[in-house]
Amino acid sequence: MSTFFVNRNRVDVSSDVAPDTPLLWILRDSLKLTGTKYGCGLGLCGACTVLIEGKPARSCQVPLSSIRLGTDVTTIEGLATREARAVQAAWQKLDVPQCGYCQSGQVISAASLLAGNRRPSDADIDRAMAGNICRCATYVRIRAAIKEAAATLG
Amino acid sequence: MHRNRMEVTRRAFLKVVGAAGGGLTLAIGILPAAALAAAANRVAGAGAAAAPAFAPNAFLTIARDSSVTVIVKHVEVGQGTYTGLPTLVADELDAAWSQVRVEGAPADAKLYHNLLWGPMQGTGGSTSLAEAFDQYRAAGAAARAMLVAAAAARWRVPADTIEVRNGIVSHGTKKATFGELAADAAKQPLPASPAVKDPKRFVYIGTHVPRTDSKVKSTGTAIYTQDIHLQGMLTAVVARAPRFGAQVKSIDAAALKGLPGIRFVVEVPHGVAVVGNSFWDAKKGRDALKVTWDDASGFRYSSSDILAEFRRQIAAPGTIARSEGDAAKALAGAARKLDAEFEFPYLAHAAMEPMNCVVRYDGDRAEVWNGEQFQTADQAAIAKVLGIAPEKVAIHQLFGGGSFGRRANPHSDYVVEAATIVKGLAVQGQRGVPVKLVWTREDDMHAGYYRPASLHSMHAGLDAAGSLVAWQHRIVTQSILAGSPFAAMVANGVDPTSVEGAADIGYAIPNLAVDLHSPEIAVPVQWWRSVGHTHTAFAVETFIDEAAQAAGKDPVEFRKALLAHQPRQLAALTLAADKAGWAKPLAPGATGTKRGRGVAVHKSFNTAVAEIAEVTVAADGSFKVDRVVCAVECGLAVNPDIVRAQMEGGIGYGLAAALFGEITIKDGAPVQSNFNDYRVLRINEMPAVEVHIVPSAAKPTGVGEPGVPPIAPAVANAIAMAGGRRLRRLPLTLAA
Ligand code: FES
Ligand code: FES
Repeated sequence: MSTFFVNRNRVDVSSDVAPDTPLLWILRDSLKLTGTKYGCGLGLCGACTVLIEGKPARSCQVPLSSIRLGTDVTTIEGLATREARAVQAAWQKLDVPQCGYCQSGQVISAASLLAGNRRPSDADIDRAMAGNICRCATYVRIRAAIKEAAATLG
Repeated sequence: MHRNRMEVTRRAFLKVVGAAGGGLTLAIGILPAAALAAAANRVAGAGAAAAPAFAPNAFLTIARDSSVTVIVKHVEVGQGTYTGLPTLVADELDAAWSQVRVEGAPADAKLYHNLLWGPMQGTGGSTSLAEAFDQYRAAGAAARAMLVAAAAARWRVPADTIEVRNGIVSHGTKKATFGELAADAAKQPLPASPAVKDPKRFVYIGTHVPRTDSKVKSTGTAIYTQDIHLQGMLTAVVARAPRFGAQVKSIDAAALKGLPGIRFVVEVPHGVAVVGNSFWDAKKGRDALKVTWDDASGFRYSSSDILAEFRRQIAAPGTIARSEGDAAKALAGAARKLDAEFEFPYLAHAAMEPMNCVVRYDGDRAEVWNGEQFQTADQAAIAKVLGIAPEKVAIHQLFGGGSFGRRANPHSDYVVEAATIVKGLAVQGQRGVPVKLVWTREDDMHAGYYRPASLHSMHAGLDAAGSLVAWQHRIVTQSILAGSPFAAMVANGVDPTSVEGAADIGYAIPNLAVDLHSPEIAVPVQWWRSVGHTHTAFAVETFIDEAAQAAGKDPVEFRKALLAHQPRQLAALTLAADKAGWAKPLAPGATGTKRGRGVAVHKSFNTAVAEIAEVTVAADGSFKVDRVVCAVECGLAVNPDIVRAQMEGGIGYGLAAALFGEITIKDGAPVQSNFNDYRVLRINEMPAVEVHIVPSAAKPTGVGEPGVPPIAPAVANAIAMAGGRRLRRLPLTLAA
């Protein structure tokens, strides 16, 4: 059995669940936390980004067997930091999403950027966000909304 | 610290059974279907909407709590239709924007057909707002008139003395909400031809109205097809043919016996579906399944063979798509001649949400959950597979995680695949079991339906004064429409989607010839955001730029002179040049780099867009697009911010194709499989974008696609201006 926490809820995974099952599919298919999206399955697009111990990670690349006892996982459904709220408010103020499918991942990446850097430069934003593909190319607004969120965080 | 405990066990949600079937296990903790469908369809505003007290027409309902639910007949794939159409209703109703909710319409050709497409309901061709503009305004105006009539009767005052503002109906000190009047309004006669507003009285149209879907899409709560979980639902992943046209010869499911969670194996039109309890089960089963393919009729070409076939055809005249004057004669007599050949690859749509579809079939009726773009065509296709009447197929509309044309497949490919699977399950005694078909990213890239590859040959002639007197444009590209249910749109041997943007070229050229070859190649093709304009705009706009250069004229002035009778293009071009500071020299870049500025203007779907790109070319030939100034003439901009968003997105989507997009074919199969070898644009490659809207009171035209065509030629022209080569092959590269 493996035990970890998702959005502060304890999750016990029975030992007969295949150890190679990616965290992404545990979240989506077993826990029905569908805010975390599948986009590529290879760690290339960032749609599946969650926080593991507070750090952004691609959940499609995290097999169950690698999740250590007691690990804290935060998904878009459980994201509640000040930075996250500022990012989500800025996202709505600037109407960032188009189709929206990539945006859970974008929001998580942006919130973790701001958690470590309250005044990100364009280069900082590029570095933190280049792993998150948006096929609707909402990048102009993602950049502006990160700056807007940074301003509201003071 | 923790609030809840959840258990994930194989027993609870997985049961090992053989591939031939077995008893169903129920999934845990999932919403019943009806609640889920309701949650999925109602996307904006607060949760459970009260039952409608007033439903004046098919486009809106008003509940006792005064909420106004607008029923949108188009799919929301990011273009903003879940905001745009409700804006029209809210404006005519004089509702408060906070009252407005949105619901996706069911498939119903009678009520919800696309007014520009005849009897079919569907979204595409940048038509959503353009076709529904009058219809949704009239719907709102009718509801308003009935609310006013109800108030007039209640207060015994003349209707024309009643005011409606921000969701409140009033007469002097008497006030009522929509909810309070709804039941009475429902009893009023339907106005025959409700008067719509004088545009001077618009309260939302033309202003900034926030999107109805930004909140759910910023918080992970928007529901896409991928997110549907129904009671007892299984997931299907399909093993696909190794090359286009190969058929299943035999299936060996022995390897699946030891795998947990595998439930059924079903043959589908282009492969074999493995149906399991979850995605991961089904995918592992699919990967383990052994299928022997009959390759006898399989496609064997590679990209080089396709290009060779295109070259063979381009040598001879094709079917005439447009002919003015005598292009051959004028060319022969021209003082200066230009020739060029352009090559365009296949492109994958690569929407962020790979294709997927949920179907439940109980042997008599079917229910479908899908980000559904071709509602009534897909409904008919599913009904045909299942052998039932189309009315027995109910479609629950969901958000599409992008589409760019892909979810409007002319052959209903992925929905037919999903329907075939549930039909197979029914045959195995599993009626009523919902199945979610999930394409992996690799399936999405391999299973086809690409923007067709093409080859263009062009000749232009200038007279001694530098005027453009002759233009010959020959295109070789697969027809999208031929062989599809839309084949009747091929007119006189010309598929209009192959020549749009070329045959209707806006430049006034006295001698003009455009012709077409439509080779039959087994690579499946379909429309891709802006369709034929994706390649014709590049050929026309880079070649006209060469002509301007050859004539020694400024590229903007040269175009303007030829667009005197094209007010939309002219207005967009003039505004873009003005805002980009075209008259002033471009600021130089760092030492060792060269900078260039390029322009392109193109009309598609009745909207004209001009884009001016600024590019920096490094010494090693690599280049970066720094800034794009865009001007759009789309008639009345109902929601200017969404117009700007569509231009920004169109530029980014077009730039991805310009810089990286290419599906190559090897031995009858696509080579690329995921975002590692099919590169798309990332944030660090996105230029600064400025969008300007030409003020207009004309009826609105589309904005979902027209931002795409000008970007690639603007960038190529900028590279030429920076001293680079004239690039005539996409994707653009300066490397030798
Ligand atoms: S799905 Fe995990 S990075 Fe794309
Ligand atoms: S909003 Fe559509 S992929 Fe990002």
